[in-house]
Amino acid sequence: MSRTVLAPVQQRGREALARMGLPTRREEAWRLTDLKRLEALSRLPLSATPAPTAWPAPAPEVLRLVLDGVGDPLEGVSLPEGVRVLQPAELEQALGHTLDRCACAADWPVEFNHASARQVLALGIRGAVPPLELVMAGGDGLTATRVLLLLEEKAELELLQVCPGAGATAHSHLLEVHLGQEATLRHGLIACADGNPSLLAHCAVEQEPRSSYAFSSVVKGWSFARLEPRVVQVDGAASTTLRGLAVTSEDQQLASHSAVRFDGPDGGLDQLHKCLAGGRSHAIFNGAIQVPREAQRTDAAQLSRNLLVSDRARIDTKPELEIVADDVRCAHGATVSQLQDDELFYLQSRGIAAAAAAALLLRGYCQEVVDQLPAAASVWQVMDGLLAEVTS
Amino acid sequence: MIRPDAELLLEISDLHASVEDQPILKGVNLQVRAGEIHAVMGRNGSGKSTLSKVLAGHPAYRVTAGSVRYRGRDLFELEPEERARLGVFLGFQYPVEIPGVSNLEFLRVATNARRQSRELDELDTFEFEDHVREKLQVVQMDPAFLERSVNEGFSGGEKKRNEILQMALLEPVVAILDETDSGLDIDALRIVAAGVNQLAGPDNATLLITHYQRLLDEITPDYVHVMAAGRILRTGGRELALELEQTGYDWVDRELAAQGVA
Repeated sequence: MSRTVLAPVQQRGREALARMGLPTRREEAWRLTDLKRLEALSRLPLSATPAPTAWPAPAPEVLRLVLDGVGDPLEGVSLPEGVRVLQPAELEQALGHTLDRCACAADWPVEFNHASARQVLALGIRGAVPPLELVMAGGDGLTATRVLLLLEEKAELELLQVCPGAGATAHSHLLEVHLGQEATLRHGLIACADGNPSLLAHCAVEQEPRSSYAFSSVVKGWSFARLEPRVVQVDGAASTTLRGLAVTSEDQQLASHSAVRFDGPDGGLDQLHKCLAGGRSHAIFNGAIQVPREAQRTDAAQLSRNLLVSDRARIDTKPELEIVADDVRCAHGATVSQLQDDELFYLQSRGIAAAAAAALLLRGYCQEVVDQLPAAASVWQVMDGLLAEVTS
Repeated sequence: MIRPDAELLLEISDLHASVEDQPILKGVNLQVRAGEIHAVMGRNGSGKSTLSKVLAGHPAYRVTAGSVRYRGRDLFELEPEERARLGVFLGFQYPVEIPGVSNLEFLRVATNARRQSRELDELDTFEFEDHVREKLQVVQMDPAFLERSVNEGFSGGEKKRNEILQMALLEPVVAILDETDSGLDIDALRIVAAGVNQLAGPDNATLLITHYQRLLDEITPDYVHVMAAGRILRTGGRELALELEQTGYDWVDRELAAQGVA
C-alpha cells in the first residue's frame, strides 16, 4: 500500500534522524525524559510478524482494521459507504500537510515514524459513517503505523485507536487528520499495555472553522510512553476537547505533551488531563496553548489534575500558555494531591473498608475520562485491570 | 420514648479528645438507650461536631482519655467501617462530593456491607434498585439523583436528603445527625425531619446535633443536652431547648465562669 509515496518520506526521515541523533535533556521538550529508554526503543528492529489476535469482537456496526505494520489492513475488507481509500495523487498532496500546519513535521518522534513506517492507511470520509476502530499491534520488535484521515465538509466519524502493547515491544504511531468545515471527529485512544513495552504516539489534527474534535486517551502499563496530541485551528472558530488519563506504576515513565494553536478568532478548547501515579513511576504533562494576535475571542480552559498514590512516585505538570491576543479567556489550573482523607472517611463511615474505599475513589477518578471514550471502547473493558498495578 | 429498662446502646464516659493537639472534648458523659432521641445543642466551638466525628472514628481526632461503649463493646477498638457495619451512623454536616463514583453504586456497596454484618443476603444490582426506590420515598427524593456522582453538584438540601436516604438504607442502631438542619429551607427541613421520625423506633436511638430549636419543632427529643467548652453543661427535657430559644446562651458563660472554666 502506497509504498511508492512513502519511500522518499522514509528516506528523508532516516536522513533527519542521522542528522539529529537522539534528543538531549538540554532541549526543553525532553528535559525530564528518560533518554536511555528512548534509545532502547529506537534500537529495536521492525516487527516482521503479524499480531496475535486474541481480542474481543468489535462492537456491532464498528469497522475494525488491524494495523500490524506487516499485513495490509484493508485486505478482505469492504469499506462502508462514505469511506474510501485516497488515490495516490491525493495522498501525495495531503500526506504531511497537517504535520506542517501543526509545526511538528521535524519533531523527533515524527521523523522516527517517517523512518520506520512501511505503509500508510489513508482514508477519505464523506458524510456520517460507521465507527472505525484501528487496532495497532505488531507481533514483536517495533510496530510503526501511519494513518491519514481526510474528513470532508460536514463528515462525522467516531474513531477508536487501540494499542494493546505487550512484552518487549515498541510502538510508533502517527496519525494525521484534516477536519473540513463543520466536520465532527470523536477520537479515542486506548493504550493499555502489559509487560512494560514502549510507545511513541503522535497525533496531528488540523481543524477548519466550525469543525469539532474531541479526543480522549487512556494510557497505562508502558515502561516508557510519550503521547503528543497536536491540534491547530487553521482559521479559529472550531471546537476542541481533550481528555487524557495516564496511569503509571512500577518505574514507568509516561509523558503527555499536548499543543493546541489557534490561527484565527473565536476558537474554543476544553482540556482536562489526569495522571494517577503509583510505585516509583514518573508522569509528565506539558500542555501548550498558543493564542496569537489573530486569535481574538478564543475561549480556552485547561485543567491538569493529578493524583499521587505512592510516596515515591513523581508528577511534573506544566501549562504553557502563549497568549498574544488581548480579547481572550484562557483559564488554566494544575493540582497534585493524594487521596483525600475526608473522602476516604466518608466512604468508611458507610461501612466500606479502607482499601475498598480507596479503590472506589481511584475508579471514580479514572471514570471521568474513560466515560468519554467512543462507544466502540465498551468491548475493551478499559476499567478492568486499569488500576491493578497501581493499587497492588 | 424513655424506657429505663431499654438496652443501653451508647455509654460515653469522661471522653476527652483533641484535634492537632488542641483539646476539644474535656470530659463528656452521656448514656443513650434504645428508643431515645437526644438533642445536643451548643454554640459554635462547643465540641458538638467533634463529639460526632469521634464517635464515627474520624482519623483527624485523637481520643486522649475516657471511653465509649457501644452495645457493651469498646467503640474505639473498631475501625470506622466496622462501627458503620455494626449500626453506628453519622449524618454529615457537610456531605463529601465524590466525582466519578455513582451514587447508586455507592449506596449499594454501603447497604450490602451493613447487610452482611446483619447476616442478611446481599442485594444484587436489580434487587437493590427496587429496594432503594422504596426508600427514596422516605425523603421524597428524585430518582435522578441515583444516577449522579455521590453528592456532586447537589444543593445543600439534596445532600442532606441523600444523608437521610443512606440512613434509611443502612437502618442504623445509633444515628448521629450532625447539624442536619443547617442550610435547609423550611420545606426541606420538614421532609428531612419527617424522614428521621419515620426511621426512629423502639430499637434504635438518634443523637441530633443542632444549633437551633427549629429542628426540635419537628423532631421531639426525649433529652436535650447543652454542650459548652467540651463538656455537657446541662441536661433536661425538651423544655430546655425552648428555654434556650428564649434566653440564648449567655447563661452558659456565667455558668462556665462560676466553674472557673471561662
